[in-house]
Amino acid sequence: MATHESAAQESHAHAAPQGFIRKWVFSLDHKVIGLQYYFLALAAVFVGMFLSLLMRIHLIWPAVALPILGDIKPETYLTLVTMHGTIMVFFVLTTAPQGGFGNYFLPIQIGAPDMAFPVLNMLSFWTTFLGFIVMIAAFFVAGGAPLHGWTGYAPLSAVQSSGPGEGLGADLWIISIAIFCIGALMGALNFITTTLDMRAKGMTMMRMPLTVWAWFVTAILGLLAFGVLLSGGILLLMDRNLGTSFFVPLITMNGQVTGHRGGSPLLWQHLFWFFGHPEVYIAILPAMGMCSQLLSVFSRKPIFGYKAMVYAIMAIGFLGFMVWGHHMFMSGMSPYTAFAFSIMTMGIGVPSAIKTFNWLGTLWGGRIRFSSPMLFAIGFVSLFVSGGISGPFLAQPVLDIQLHDTYFVPGHFHLIMGVASIFGIFAATYYWFPKMFGRMMNEKLALWHFLFSLIGTYAIFMPMHYLGMAGMPRRYSQMTEVNYLHDLIGLQKFITYAAFITIAGQLIFLVNLFWSMFKGKKASDNPWEATTLEWTTATPPPHDNFGGHTPVVNNGPYEYSVPGAPRDYVMQNDPEIEPAH
Amino acid sequence: MASFTTTATADDPRISGGGGILPPVVGGGGDDRRGSGLPDYATRLRRARLGLLVALTPVIMLFVSFTSAYVVRQGLPTFDPRTNAMVHDWIPVALPRLLLINTGVLVLSSLFMELARRQIKGRAALAPATTTQGASSGDQVLIPWLPITIALGLLFLFGQWTAWKQLAGNGFYVATTPSSSFVYLLTGTHAIHLMGGVLALLVAGVASLMGRSLMTRSIVVDVTAWYWHFMAGLWIYILCLLKFAS
Amino acid sequence: MGLVLLIIIWLITLVSTYFFVAKTWWLPVGASAAAPLIDHHFTVTFILMGVVFVAAQLALGYAVWLYRDRGSSSSKVAYSHGNTRLEVVWTVLTTILFVGLNLASSSIWASERFRAAEANAVRVEVTGMQFAWYFRYPGPDGKFGATNPELEDASAGGEAALGLDPKDPASKDDVVTGTMVVPVNREIEVILRAHDVIHSFFIPNMRFKQDAVPGLAIHMHFTPVQTGDYEILCAELCGLGHYKMHGMLKVVSQEEFDKWLAAREAEKQ
Repeated sequence: MATHESAAQESHAHAAPQGFIRKWVFSLDHKVIGLQYYFLALAAVFVGMFLSLLMRIHLIWPAVALPILGDIKPETYLTLVTMHGTIMVFFVLTTAPQGGFGNYFLPIQIGAPDMAFPVLNMLSFWTTFLGFIVMIAAFFVAGGAPLHGWTGYAPLSAVQSSGPGEGLGADLWIISIAIFCIGALMGALNFITTTLDMRAKGMTMMRMPLTVWAWFVTAILGLLAFGVLLSGGILLLMDRNLGTSFFVPLITMNGQVTGHRGGSPLLWQHLFWFFGHPEVYIAILPAMGMCSQLLSVFSRKPIFGYKAMVYAIMAIGFLGFMVWGHHMFMSGMSPYTAFAFSIMTMGIGVPSAIKTFNWLGTLWGGRIRFSSPMLFAIGFVSLFVSGGISGPFLAQPVLDIQLHDTYFVPGHFHLIMGVASIFGIFAATYYWFPKMFGRMMNEKLALWHFLFSLIGTYAIFMPMHYLGMAGMPRRYSQMTEVNYLHDLIGLQKFITYAAFITIAGQLIFLVNLFWSMFKGKKASDNPWEATTLEWTTATPPPHDNFGGHTPVVNNGPYEYSVPGAPRDYVMQNDPEIEPAH
Repeated sequence: MASFTTTATADDPRISGGGGILPPVVGGGGDDRRGSGLPDYATRLRRARLGLLVALTPVIMLFVSFTSAYVVRQGLPTFDPRTNAMVHDWIPVALPRLLLINTGVLVLSSLFMELARRQIKGRAALAPATTTQGASSGDQVLIPWLPITIALGLLFLFGQWTAWKQLAGNGFYVATTPSSSFVYLLTGTHAIHLMGGVLALLVAGVASLMGRSLMTRSIVVDVTAWYWHFMAGLWIYILCLLKFAS
Repeated sequence: MGLVLLIIIWLITLVSTYFFVAKTWWLPVGASAAAPLIDHHFTVTFILMGVVFVAAQLALGYAVWLYRDRGSSSSKVAYSHGNTRLEVVWTVLTTILFVGLNLASSSIWASERFRAAEANAVRVEVTGMQFAWYFRYPGPDGKFGATNPELEDASAGGEAALGLDPKDPASKDDVVTGTMVVPVNREIEVILRAHDVIHSFFIPNMRFKQDAVPGLAIHMHFTPVQTGDYEILCAELCGLGHYKMHGMLKVVSQEEFDKWLAAREAEKQ
């Protein structure tokens, strides 16, 4: 009938698209879009690592001129700091786990043929891509990229004359982030609607894999947080370009009164950190979901305390909006407010601890297989513990007096957010590579990559805690001006050498990734003998994921080693097992 | 070191999703699909409305954020180096009366928007019936609620622009006082969002010329209508904030 | 592989812990009244969190070795979805640990920050600007004179850098220096200001840090208990010269301080 036919043309058609542009460039298929996000993040992480390498070199050899780049001036160092942080947080940690793997596997894991709004999904990727281009452009305009740190505190970021790079470069930085916000919000919209409305029959919320729960809660965090960042960015652009005084009080810059009056630098901090703290949970939750998934698969044992894990994810998400002030203990904020934020911050340590106990509980009594995804999952738990333990130091204002804005802080957040999240991305790559590309990655190269990465990152970031205790401040481009810092240069040298070696180790991953795409051993549909729905599909999955029919789900996602079952795993769409426990 | 490599091959019936010891995959999962494999109208509408609800959340957060900045800024004293004391510097802005008229225009447009929404929903509900032989939707004259809504929306935006000119005429530009900054900020951000709504309506209007089905257009108009009502409510909130929280 | 992981995780844990316990790189010497309290709480936190750190990492390493897949017959999996009682127990214990630790530190925080400076504290206004610290003493009249941003001239140093308004009578006896000199065993009230961007006044030996924010005048206090010279650093990114924005705190005896201040006052006549 006429209406149905025209409806078929307009809605997401289930016939696969033809032509290179529709298939690979402006694809509406969530799997292609996921890969696009992944490769964007891959490009971004190498840019980010390169910037950090330059930082490490300059810190211990400030007078050295580099080939092509020449001298690194103090302002250039700060530009490196700013862009490294910004690119890593936004275009790697917020992009690969959620936009990359979330896009690819969320619909499949819940038994859906695609995301709810495929056109919006395609737009969200290209918006994010545009944001990246604008960010990189900041390097190449007059004055270069900004030097105000990824946190962009006003008035340093709010007045164009505050330093080199604070002109057009800083405007582009803000615009890029604003574009990113919009792309991320579009993505969050899709994730939430899809999870709520497109689960297959039998896929109740409490049968969803923890990866899906993590992507879902992460999307909710993004939905609530990115709007606030966008608002801060708009106000900052206005202060910079229209002469408003949201964040800038009466100040002089370079000997001139700037004309602002009455604004509040703390207002920027509140708006930024209201976003900024949920952002770190956005960075880590998908990796936590991944870790839960992998520990279960490779221990051949259900996840310990599935319900508690779900509640912990929700608690972390919820409490994540109530702790932002712990970034502001020294800011001039009221000490009473600081006390309140401090209690909430200690509170959020509790669900994180529960998850850690449950991961250990999953391993305990299992039958562990040390495939590459599992190595990184185990590494994740270790890194999460290490990074997490330094949190309670910073969460107590009276200790934060000494540690705030010292190297203790980047030591903490690199371990728990940077490296742990990256391990989640690596684990997911090794795990889902067979499903995405039909081939296995090389396990020997994977082992070397793992060893370089685990030992290397500990060698880089554990010493930063010692540096912080000894009083090494953050964002110092060199250590030559303060007497007691001279004693710490040796430790900084160790960190730089460790960084060289660790980054070299990442090349092993790069080689493995691309070589295996073409030459890896062919993979079966379910090489890891896992239970979730993506392993019931063909490899790679067809355009509509399930080849025309929708699975019906009868079991939870972690039914391994079920007593009495014919084999040691029961797929989610297998006949229902006897309810155990 | 024990490392797991699967012994299962691609043909292993335990691995593949169909056949072997597993029951066949049952078609027709949670999606109420018709034979063409697409979700039906009710599902699409529900999904679109859910999407709108989710999408309104960051819009709300944006304005919550602006509101908190507004409230904080009003009450915040600043250090005056000449007196070594903290002083308050908030000067309220006299809002042009035109804003009240614009409010009326917007509320009226919301009314017409609702009429347009019900009109197209009614037509979409009748659509299957009108395609059977013998039945006809008739050549009834359709009151153009949708174009009227668009016109009123554009009129509102023009009115806001005029109000800005009036403010500037009274000496209140964007950076004149913190209060004037917020007036431009809040009204400007709202206007941009409303423009998005106008564009969506234009797309819905043009869509009929592009051969999109009545059902699809009905969903677009339905979702835009709710968005439109939200924008009207938001405007009233902004006006109250500017007038009473001063 | 399980053994390899155990060894690596245990080694990393034990090596890291060693350097903490041996205090190879440690907090600088504390020279303020608050330092013993803060340092004691550091130690308590270290011990408690250190035990958790070591226990968790050792358990992780042990678990992956003990429960490695040894082949089909000997490894049997204990199928279980968890243990609610255990969950409740470790949740409660964790909460007690974290909240208890925090409440213990809060009393120190309260004693440092919930009260204003004593009436007879020595007042010093500390102003940060790109890229130097200036210190102002109110002089015999006990009042800080007015400053005027229009009058600021950073290149001239001292009073001109602060934009001290000569027309205000209270300015006449204000002493402005580039080095902070204070008497030992007296409470020092600092009033923190900034001219351009956020800076942060950090004296590691005094266990003191506070952001200096433009548009605010933030009152804080500390009590030095040991004479000596202590480095002051800027601890909030403030521009390209952030790394070299440092100063010196000289803690001297009361007599020396009085002499020094009197000499500075005399120079102004």
